[in-house]
Amino acid sequence: MHWWLPAKASTFTGPIDGLFLAILIITGIAFVLVEVGLIWFIVKYRERPGRKAYYTHGNTRAEVIWTTIPAVTMVALGLISNHYWVEIKGRNSIPANAYPIGVHAKQFEWQITYPGADGKLGTADDFTIRNQLHVPVGRPIVVQLSAEDVIHSFYVPQFRVRQDVVPGMDIKAWFQATVPGTYELGCSQLCGLGHYRMRAQVFVQTQEDYDAWMKQAAQEASQ
Amino acid sequence: MTTVAATSHTVPAHHDDRSFIRKYIFSTDHKIIGIQFLFVSLFFLLVGGLLAMQMRWQLGFPGQPMPGGGVLPETMAPGGVILPEYYIQLVTMHGTFMVFFAIMPLLVGVFANFLIPLKIGTHDMAFPRINMWSFWTFLIGGLVMLSSFFVPDGAARAGWTMYAPLSARHDYSGASIGQELWSVSIIFVGLSSILGSLNYITTIINNRAPGMTWFRLPLSVWSLFITAILGLLALPVLSGAVIMLLFDQIIGTHFFDPGAGGQALLWQHLFWFFGHPEVYILILPAMGMVSDIISNGSRKPIFGYHSMVFAIIAIAFLGWIVWGHHMFVSGMNPTLGSSFMVSTLVIAVPSAVKTFNWMGTMWRGNLRFHVPMLHAVAFIAMFVIGGLSGIFMAATPVDMQIHDTYFIVAHLHYVLFGGSLFALFGAITFWYPKMFGRMMSEGWGKVHFWLTFIFYNCTFFPMHITGMAGEMRRLYDPNQYTFLQPLQPMRVFISISAFLLFATQAIFFVNFWWSLWKGKKAPLNPWEDNGLEWSLPSPAPHGNWEKVPNVYRGPYEFSSPQVAEDYLPQNKKLPTDREPAAASAATH
Amino acid sequence: MRRTVIAVVWGSITIAGCGKARDGSSSGVAQAAESMRAAQPPAPATDGATIAGKIKFTGTKPANPKIDMSEEPKCKAKYQGVPTEEVVVVNPNGTLANVFVYVKSGLPASYKAPAPAGPVTLDQDGCRYHPHVLGILVGQTLAIKNSDGILHNIKAKGTKNRPFNISQPTIMTSERTFTAPEVMVPLECNVHGWMHAWLAVLPHPFFAVSGSDGSFSIKGLPPGTYTIEAWHEKYGSQTATVTVAGSETKTADFSFAAK
Repeated sequence: MHWWLPAKASTFTGPIDGLFLAILIITGIAFVLVEVGLIWFIVKYRERPGRKAYYTHGNTRAEVIWTTIPAVTMVALGLISNHYWVEIKGRNSIPANAYPIGVHAKQFEWQITYPGADGKLGTADDFTIRNQLHVPVGRPIVVQLSAEDVIHSFYVPQFRVRQDVVPGMDIKAWFQATVPGTYELGCSQLCGLGHYRMRAQVFVQTQEDYDAWMKQAAQEASQ
Repeated sequence: MTTVAATSHTVPAHHDDRSFIRKYIFSTDHKIIGIQFLFVSLFFLLVGGLLAMQMRWQLGFPGQPMPGGGVLPETMAPGGVILPEYYIQLVTMHGTFMVFFAIMPLLVGVFANFLIPLKIGTHDMAFPRINMWSFWTFLIGGLVMLSSFFVPDGAARAGWTMYAPLSARHDYSGASIGQELWSVSIIFVGLSSILGSLNYITTIINNRAPGMTWFRLPLSVWSLFITAILGLLALPVLSGAVIMLLFDQIIGTHFFDPGAGGQALLWQHLFWFFGHPEVYILILPAMGMVSDIISNGSRKPIFGYHSMVFAIIAIAFLGWIVWGHHMFVSGMNPTLGSSFMVSTLVIAVPSAVKTFNWMGTMWRGNLRFHVPMLHAVAFIAMFVIGGLSGIFMAATPVDMQIHDTYFIVAHLHYVLFGGSLFALFGAITFWYPKMFGRMMSEGWGKVHFWLTFIFYNCTFFPMHITGMAGEMRRLYDPNQYTFLQPLQPMRVFISISAFLLFATQAIFFVNFWWSLWKGKKAPLNPWEDNGLEWSLPSPAPHGNWEKVPNVYRGPYEFSSPQVAEDYLPQNKKLPTDREPAAASAATH
Repeated sequence: MRRTVIAVVWGSITIAGCGKARDGSSSGVAQAAESMRAAQPPAPATDGATIAGKIKFTGTKPANPKIDMSEEPKCKAKYQGVPTEEVVVVNPNGTLANVFVYVKSGLPASYKAPAPAGPVTLDQDGCRYHPHVLGILVGQTLAIKNSDGILHNIKAKGTKNRPFNISQPTIMTSERTFTAPEVMVPLECNVHGWMHAWLAVLPHPFFAVSGSDGSFSIKGLPPGTYTIEAWHEKYGSQTATVTVAGSETKTADFSFAAK
């Protein structure tokens, strides 16, 4: 069984998991406050014969307090969240040195295009492999997402990265893997009857391993 | 307006010589229409539940023949084993039935119709015939939707949100007629809601009893009023979008097909521009009725009536400017994401105000735990969980991780089941005597409540955990992913809880039907409530009052020091009360 | 086409109303086809003329794309080497396999097709279709078999026949029928993008697919002059005119050149 967020394998896990925990604490306090309060009232103020309830129409001061506290908390939370949002998804967030990989989604497969030896997409040495995403560790990767038919969604839980892949749109998303290993890329937007099977393997490799793999894969692809 | 008012005045309360068909089938009586909505939408609630049970079977026991699944045709479940294409039909139709044909009509169709004239003190709706049409278009829509299971390739398969272009092109979804019937059905149901909303708004503005000022309206009526405004403005957007979708499907337009110059995201903007107000259509009436029941059960005036009203208005207004929070990772400009995040987080404020005010109402009360009150308190407890879990996905970076996972499924069920449906069980029990003249069984009501409360939490709470672990929605078999395989025991637990939850509802259904004939005869005011509806006999006659009552105070004067008993009906004249100045707005 | 669809819808709604739609038959289309089949006369005598020939191939044979089946270990285990697609299958004797040869025209208007004998089987084994090219009669049952036990979907993209898209998550067989002649109905699996098959739907049994020796033969033809067509998925189609009488055998060879 797994009781928490998935393992951490990208630079986004820090801020996202931190924010998750912070919200969990804030909402946890509110949750305990309300539920304990409810149970307390249920027990304490249960009906007793001959007693009348306290006749009041409210208390402005109390209402101002419980309007202001959530308002301030929410605005603060919004500002903090937005700070990370801009870093992760903002238009200018993609690092200039990010390594490009093309991801084309179609019912029900991921076609991954690698830039070849020159490190650039759209050149003659590009090659495409089905359902296998290899990325070097410790280096920003920008995935250039396109879709053939319907909307799919690029989701690697261990990277905390998710981006819908929309036909007719060129969308870029970036991430930086931190832990070498094998992960899974899933489609998280209903895309048809094979949706549940639309998955790919993600291999995070050291730069040397990646280069070696790239050389071999490029050679095989050119045959 | 005068003609309408004249019509309703000319129908006398005491002698009712309408034929059976005019009285019970093509009735223009708001109470009968409300009851018609009740029977039909309870049936669709059952349909939606049955669909969910089949999904849970596949998720708990993937690939195994479903008990009783042998009756399904080979195109759905050969040998009882659910096929992926049938599974996504189940996903789609469960959502569609629950949202459009169960929760929405139960809240609005049933209670707006039944309660508004009774609670504001008038003879009937402003437009009784339009009201009748609102029911019949709803029924046609529901039957069309139901029939789509029986056409070749089966029902719609693109999720209840019908994201284009999957929904727009038959070669993508694999369903054709089913997709088209979905669109046709939603156009009907949209029309039904628009007709209903027109009626509710007009009636509340024009036909209030003398003395029933805006701030003497029960919160249930306030919330139904605001809901009607939401419905009137939101449903046309949906209808327009669905008509465009239908054109894409049958006459080859390409509004949503990027391959031919359309825009895939256009559908999402239109759908959620309707869809988010719809979320509040599905919860505001519940909040209003819970307010009535909490105040009654606490024997105490509602805490902060005015701020409760403003909170309803604020939630409804904010509901219009948050639709983009369904689209943070859709490819929409991330800067828009920032603004939608802020407006979404701000909704927490009026929601918190409502929660604390309900608690404030219970504070130092004299709590009577009748069945409606149990459900109302459960509503608060569960709505809080659903509301708080919403904050996670409102924070855009966290939404990256939990969007389209079971965390969202848990969230929306905490609001829609833990919130709306608990409120509905409470409300049905509360106004059952007014509808049918008999009480539902208190003992069985309590058994039903506790079992539902337990199994409900066992079903939906673990979904938060599988969602955090990354389990995506709408997967036919999550075990295809190695990282989701360890969660299978949890899925089995959820499935078994869901089966028990479903089975528990039999108690409610039996109680409901049994009480229709055998229930205890209802006294005039069984809950010792203040609402105008309790001044009428149960069930109330056609036309309600011969002469509408005068209103002297707000609806929540419980435990008032002015009287010995702990309630004070709105229409009870005390020696200190002055007669209200003529009629409230116009017609009387 | 739309009219047919609407008719089928109403038909099936009516049938559903009688509670018969649940008896396991695949769809309204199948029902319609079934009744059509019952109306047909018994098969004519199988003697008659024969058209036979070989499909030659000239030029260098192109390499078929390799398939990386590493994501489907069950399928990969069924191959020793690296499996390839079957776009151009050139036999060792220099002939071309998987060419569909059929009588395109020339049958008398009064000709009635014999009742289809048994189902045609399309097997999904090792994440490839067997056979890769096949023919079927209108109204005949296509038994689609999944021998792999992993998810396959079968998307039929016909234009004259109602398209369908069904899935088979496990070892199982589904049946479908076709209502109108159509050459070709492309079949594909979207889970395994390399899986393609071609299905010809014909109103008569006079068709054949060139095999591992590149030969074909169409038997039992009534006397007459026929246009026969040879179709290949990559190299297109060629036609020839052949006149036959009695029970003679005529030869019609075709030759496809590498492009």
